[in-house]
Amino acid sequence: MSIPEIALKPYSRAWLLSDRPASRQQARLGRAYIIWRRFAENRLALVGLGILILLLVVAALADVLAPYDPVVGDLRNARLLPPGTAGYLLGTDDQGRDILSRLIYGSRLTLLVVVLVAIIAAPIGLIVGTASGYAGGWLDAVLMRITDIFLAFPKLVLALALVAALGPGIENAILAIAVTSWPPYARIARAETLTFRNSEFIAAVKLMGASPLRIIIRHVMPLCLSSLIVRVTLDMAGIILTAAGLGFLGLGAQPPLPEWGAMIASGRRFILDQWWVAAMPGVAILVVSLGFNLLGDGLRDALDPKEAGQ
Amino acid sequence: MTLTDTTVATRRNRRRASSFAASVLRFAVTVVTTIFGLLLVTFFIGRVVPIDPVLAIVGDRAPAHLYERTRIELGLNLPLYQQFWIYSKQALSGDLGTSVLTSNPVLEDIKRVFPATMELATIGTLIGAILGIPLGVLAAVKRGSVADQIVRVIGLIGYSVPIFWLGLLALVLFYAQLRWVAFPGRVDIVYEYSFSPQTGFYLLDAAMQGQWDVVGDLFRHIALPGALLGYFSLAYISRMTRSFMLNELSQEYIVAARAKGLSEARIIWFHALRNAAVPLVTVIALSYANLLEGSVLTETIFSWPGLGLYITNSLQNADMNAVLGGTLVIGSVFVGINIFSDLLYRTLDPRTRSR
Repeated sequence: MSIPEIALKPYSRAWLLSDRPASRQQARLGRAYIIWRRFAENRLALVGLGILILLLVVAALADVLAPYDPVVGDLRNARLLPPGTAGYLLGTDDQGRDILSRLIYGSRLTLLVVVLVAIIAAPIGLIVGTASGYAGGWLDAVLMRITDIFLAFPKLVLALALVAALGPGIENAILAIAVTSWPPYARIARAETLTFRNSEFIAAVKLMGASPLRIIIRHVMPLCLSSLIVRVTLDMAGIILTAAGLGFLGLGAQPPLPEWGAMIASGRRFILDQWWVAAMPGVAILVVSLGFNLLGDGLRDALDPKEAGQ
Repeated sequence: MTLTDTTVATRRNRRRASSFAASVLRFAVTVVTTIFGLLLVTFFIGRVVPIDPVLAIVGDRAPAHLYERTRIELGLNLPLYQQFWIYSKQALSGDLGTSVLTSNPVLEDIKRVFPATMELATIGTLIGAILGIPLGVLAAVKRGSVADQIVRVIGLIGYSVPIFWLGLLALVLFYAQLRWVAFPGRVDIVYEYSFSPQTGFYLLDAAMQGQWDVVGDLFRHIALPGALLGYFSLAYISRMTRSFMLNELSQEYIVAARAKGLSEARIIWFHALRNAAVPLVTVIALSYANLLEGSVLTETIFSWPGLGLYITNSLQNADMNAVLGGTLVIGSVFVGINIFSDLLYRTLDPRTRSR
């Protein structure tokens, strides 16, 4: 008994959920749709996604959104005004700069840190992990030993020492955080690689004469991506906190850059009387890292149902 | 028949002994390479510092021959691998160089400040475990309920909040406004002379000497930073407890226990939690290690004279010997705690031993 072909309206829900996709594109879109539905069931995950979209929009439109210059303040009339003062929604700091404008521009620095660390650390982890897992033997032993050594250091302390050596600045802070961030990714990529290293599709590709390099890049790495993305997203909060911590200690972005951690540090002196100078940037950090955590949790549940709920 | 039995038994014993020896060997190799790696990393960091250590000693007006002599005295003319060899030998024998800031040997300084950090981390972990485990159990048992959501959000905020910021706000509220806690620091200046600590663990010392007013004062100092670190530990421990408990509660022995008619409380607290306790020990040990790290920022906020404050102070004064020494010590303690928790896990869980 053959099921009659029903022409489904392309991109409709039924078309997406069809168990007999007619094209590769339909299958891919359908899979993405199922993941999205699983993800969207989780309200908190949607909140996280919303926060991050907001962050992107604010960073992109900083020039339009910010009412004042983030660096040059009005020293004569606007020093340390409390939140709610006409024209200064979140108040001003000791240099007469509008805190809201600084937060808005600071979102760019936060994004810069997060994106650069991800771009540097995730590929390193992916390459080390897949190579180690696929090759096995002494290469595996050596690479995993190196990974373990970096894992043995507490992240913040190693980053501190690195920045102390390289000199303070946002570039060096990013570099230091990236150097301390890749080992968990290597571990995850290796574990994923091991689960399908001996599977039949790899054997088939090998039989067709694919080189190890091609197998790793074309067949192993794509399969490691989803768990890696989840882990990177979950790590983002930690990266933001480390960057803010370095900024707070004066080792990250240097003044007058409106980096949130450094802003807390400069507000520390007035914390008792003008609490808002230090309080506002902290709220921004909290909201953004909460967003990443919520998103990461939701992604993990959606992409990796076996770990859901844990 | 008895003969074959005994030979089988001896063979099995021999195999077991050799596998034990192999695991001890593997373990030793891991420890040695990790320590070697820690040394290599700190050595490398020390070498990329843009500050010229020779210039730092002789000054930039020194004549060339003096500069050269100092360079040779410092061993900087040797090839890198020899420098590393000397560095390793010195570090392993406890010579971490001299701090420029305090002009003491770095190890002396660390010995002095480290108990303060341990005291803080211990209080934090205690708070985290005492509150975090019941919260995690509650969340697992009432999975999906409001209570579960609340525990989840408390945990998520703990993962997302900048600790130094929370510390500053807590100081404003509990010190400046409410006057519940003492000024940042470890002990009031009043007691600086009447109280002479022996071990470096002030709470313990004061309690043993019977100076209860000092104990009270110490508590008023440690309460806030301890609670703060405790919150971070709680976020981690409650999350892990929940996940372990969910895993245990779905096992068949729980069904069996229910079928036997045991009370739900007994099943949860005696049967499930007992099995979840084994991985939890590892989590608590790791949380302790994390707090050693978290103390770096907390100590700067609360002027807590521990290793974290020592490292950040040295950083601000470009005292690289102290920074790298501190990094090395924290790294080694990290490795030590990991090994300890691993061993504890093996001892507590018979399943890991059988193979």
